[in-house]
Amino acid sequence: MTTQSLSGRSPQEHYETLYSALLEADMYNIAQADKEALLLPLFKLLHDWHLTRSVHYHRLFGHTESPEEALAELPYLAVRLFKQLALKSISEDQLFRVLQSSGTTAQVPARVFLDKDTSARQSKALVRIMQHFIGKQRLPMLIIDSPAVMDKSEFSARAAGIQGMAFFGRKPVYALNNDMSLNEEAICAFAKQHNNTPVLLFGFTFMVWLHFVKALQRRNLKIALPKGVLVHSGGWKKLSEQQVDNSTFKQTLKSLCGLSHIYNFYGMAEQVGSVFVECEAGHLHAPLLADIVIRDPISLAPLPIGKVGLIQVLSVIPTSYPGHSILTEDKGQVLGVDDCSCGRKGQYFAVLGRLPKTEIRGCSDTGDKA
Amino acid sequence: MDNLQTLKQAFTTALGIDAAAVTDELTYNTIPEWDSTAHMILVAELENVFDVMLDTDDIIDMSSVAQAKLILQKYHVSFG
Ligand SMILES: [Zn+2]
Repeated sequence: MTTQSLSGRSPQEHYETLYSALLEADMYNIAQADKEALLLPLFKLLHDWHLTRSVHYHRLFGHTESPEEALAELPYLAVRLFKQLALKSISEDQLFRVLQSSGTTAQVPARVFLDKDTSARQSKALVRIMQHFIGKQRLPMLIIDSPAVMDKSEFSARAAGIQGMAFFGRKPVYALNNDMSLNEEAICAFAKQHNNTPVLLFGFTFMVWLHFVKALQRRNLKIALPKGVLVHSGGWKKLSEQQVDNSTFKQTLKSLCGLSHIYNFYGMAEQVGSVFVECEAGHLHAPLLADIVIRDPISLAPLPIGKVGLIQVLSVIPTSYPGHSILTEDKGQVLGVDDCSCGRKGQYFAVLGRLPKTEIRGCSDTGDKA
Repeated sequence: MDNLQTLKQAFTTALGIDAAAVTDELTYNTIPEWDSTAHMILVAELENVFDVMLDTDDIIDMSSVAQAKLILQKYHVSFG
């Protein structure tokens, strides 16, 4: 397979052309079979691209053929490798920023190496995907976090998320103080100013629950944002002891803040911009730029619709690091293809928590420590 | 002040750079002063001085001074 033969373009130009076309297309209107046909050439290019540029990717997959027929043929990196290896497909002088995922303090952070192109692609992809749910307009924005999160010298996944969503905001207001306590004054002023106009709220799920909802409840405080849209992300795993599920979360925010438009999304810090947003029917949808494969936790074979396994996430965004195909440690199941009641095409799925650590049998997990 | 001067002034104020640095070729993320945080300050400044409301497409596309002019022209801000 030579990409060079296609009208003499370089693989990079070929990739850019295909990628731009995808970005311009409707993110949710292309049936799965047609979508896979569009994605396959891009993933072949990405596979070859990272083979020639990333030492680690080459060492792991130098003998793996690029996918010919199905996306599931694409090799994948275990997500923990981002903590163990410096996974880069760029030279030092192309490095724009290193994103560090927080994790717990005891853990080694995952590192994601970005150049300007990949970073710009991440921002644009997030905007294209979220526009589909919340519109193109920018709204007064309440960020459910503390302003200190943006000041840290290392660029955290939390900061990246806030920065990405900030494109949809105007005059951002932070709901929390630097010590994570509720900034009651700021919140009340925001609610008073916008009590009958559309606003955007964004925060990580556990921040919204622990530092916003819980704090409002403790203070017996209710605010009225009936035209507000809340977008949240980050998963429920930090809330498992709190017994919070998606419907409790929604009901509580409805009664505390009058919010009825709440969008959760699933996404990895290792694939910023490539997000899976929950639709009106409560299902997570793969946008055109991304897809998932569910794999058996033991055999790692792809599983059919309905079976629970590990989620592999695919994204056509990353060129600066080999993160276009990652096996997560999250459990999930595909719920259906092309037939969600919301009308969106492609695969839709559910995330069902994390696999206990001991059950994870990482394939391609043999890397040297970098 | 004509629109071009107003535009230059907005970039100078929002990014904290010299007016002389504000050329058509000046591009997002190529100088430390024009990063994503400063970009949002710039957008707010442009909206303020030209009395326009930019949407998410506009601010994603606004990757250079030349692009900023093109986008503002959509809102009937003319640069002669
Ligand atoms: Zn749906």
